[in-house]
Amino acid sequence: MTSAFDQLPARPRPQPSAESQPYWDALKAHRLILQRCTNCRRVRHYPRPVCPHCYAFDYDWLDASGRGTVHSWTVSHHAFDPAFKAALPYATVTVDLDEGVRLQAPLKGSDAEQLRIGLPVVIDFDDIDSDLTLPCVRIAPRTGTPACPPTN
Amino acid sequence: MIALSDQAAVTGVGETAYTRETARSQLALTLEAALAAIADAGLDPKDIDGVIPYGAGGVVAEDFITNFGLPDLRYSALTPMGGASPVAALQSAAMAVATGVANHVLVALGRGSVAGGRIAKRLAEMPQMRTVGEFEMPLGTNAPAQFYAHMARRHMGLYGTTVEQFAEVALTCRRHAQMNERAMMRKPMTRDDYFASRLIAEPFRLFDCSLESAGAAAVVVSGAARARDLRQRPVWIGGVAEGHPDSPSAITQRVDMTSFGLARAAPIAFRMAGVTPADIDVAEIYDCFTWVVICQLEDLGFCAKGEGGPFVEGGRIGLGGALPVNTHGGLLSEAHIAGMNHIVELVRQLRGACGARQVDDAEVGLVSGFGDLGDGALAIMHR
Repeated sequence: MTSAFDQLPARPRPQPSAESQPYWDALKAHRLILQRCTNCRRVRHYPRPVCPHCYAFDYDWLDASGRGTVHSWTVSHHAFDPAFKAALPYATVTVDLDEGVRLQAPLKGSDAEQLRIGLPVVIDFDDIDSDLTLPCVRIAPRTGTPACPPTN
Repeated sequence: MIALSDQAAVTGVGETAYTRETARSQLALTLEAALAAIADAGLDPKDIDGVIPYGAGGVVAEDFITNFGLPDLRYSALTPMGGASPVAALQSAAMAVATGVANHVLVALGRGSVAGGRIAKRLAEMPQMRTVGEFEMPLGTNAPAQFYAHMARRHMGLYGTTVEQFAEVALTCRRHAQMNERAMMRKPMTRDDYFASRLIAEPFRLFDCSLESAGAAAVVVSGAARARDLRQRPVWIGGVAEGHPDSPSAITQRVDMTSFGLARAAPIAFRMAGVTPADIDVAEIYDCFTWVVICQLEDLGFCAKGEGGPFVEGGRIGLGGALPVNTHGGLLSEAHIAGMNHIVELVRQLRGACGARQVDDAEVGLVSGFGDLGDGALAIMHR
């Protein structure tokens, strides 16, 4: 049986590596984890085989705070991949995580007009389907302990 | 370091017509441009003993042996740096002819029809895009307009750069294209036209983005001793360098996303050439997006970091201004031949062969390349 949903072009999906598989698995469990070198204890992201500071291969995984600030952003008005046409316009944000590394994630729940460099944000989780969860960004509440606002 | 200064010259340039679509193959277009460049130099194809094809394409050195019957190809290389590939290839070619490994190195780049091969799909297949492919393309970040928009937005936030300054670059390139019969976009563009163009990836509008083109361009690089005896007056490679930025796996990961690998290449090339930015008469600067020109003007040392926006104001980068930029119309209005067309234009400017768009008495010029996730290359040439 086919539905209109089946006609949508397939969105590009991550092809995890040996190093990144735990990261994607953790996102599915709504955890943001980061590689941490067990030799020099420095955190790195995106996942990669070797520590760029001390060249050690061994690492463990740190549960990230989920807090960060806006480094930069864009609002897309053109779908270079047709899978994203229905989502237009959408904002993607480069985030400086409190752990000292960066990631990119789509903005959810707020208007992109509010974005500016240095704005506090929190990382939330967007369940695309049963096999894929992506990180997303929400603007942090103005006061109190940063927490994820309810999903829209 | 063995100084490459004036050890090599561009002795021939050539290109095909530039179009939006084509029924011809990337290989056929590349070979046509190559033959034009070889003929321009006064050489026979069988004189070519070095080949550097485009790193991001299906054309390989074997194609030139097969199609031209090259009897003794001694040198081949790839410089897979996206839009920095052609200028980086000049460095590689200069090294080959300066050391005597080869005498005449052909650098050729062609692009076939874009139909069925749109940019998001092409990029996803490139190995240097592996990190972007895994972590960012699934989010909806699929093409350079979106990658580089983050760099431009941050530059605006840190330095106050404005979209009105982006418009200066777009309008300048279009004005120059109107004096170039080869340019794809010769229709006049007003500031209102610019601001009426649709948003693509903020802050970029359609007219901040380069064209998608089919066509090819090529140059021949010859060693100093041989260059003097050929058909054209040689255009010398005075200084040349490539520069790779920190953390080039994704724009997100760049320590300073408002500076390119070009910032590392520029001091090397200027020192090698023995000139300063003040000596440059004409500059062909890679313009995949308007803002990328502004950033490179800073990285090249024409102004301080953050001052590229004000630098392009007031007609400074137009013909008749202090630093004419992209006299052919660039990737924004001539064609997107990945910057090989910028090299061809610089050589013609330094030959004094550009007709209505000729920069008066152009003696020293530069051509830059920018590619992938911040790669840069620079050649400073003189007549």
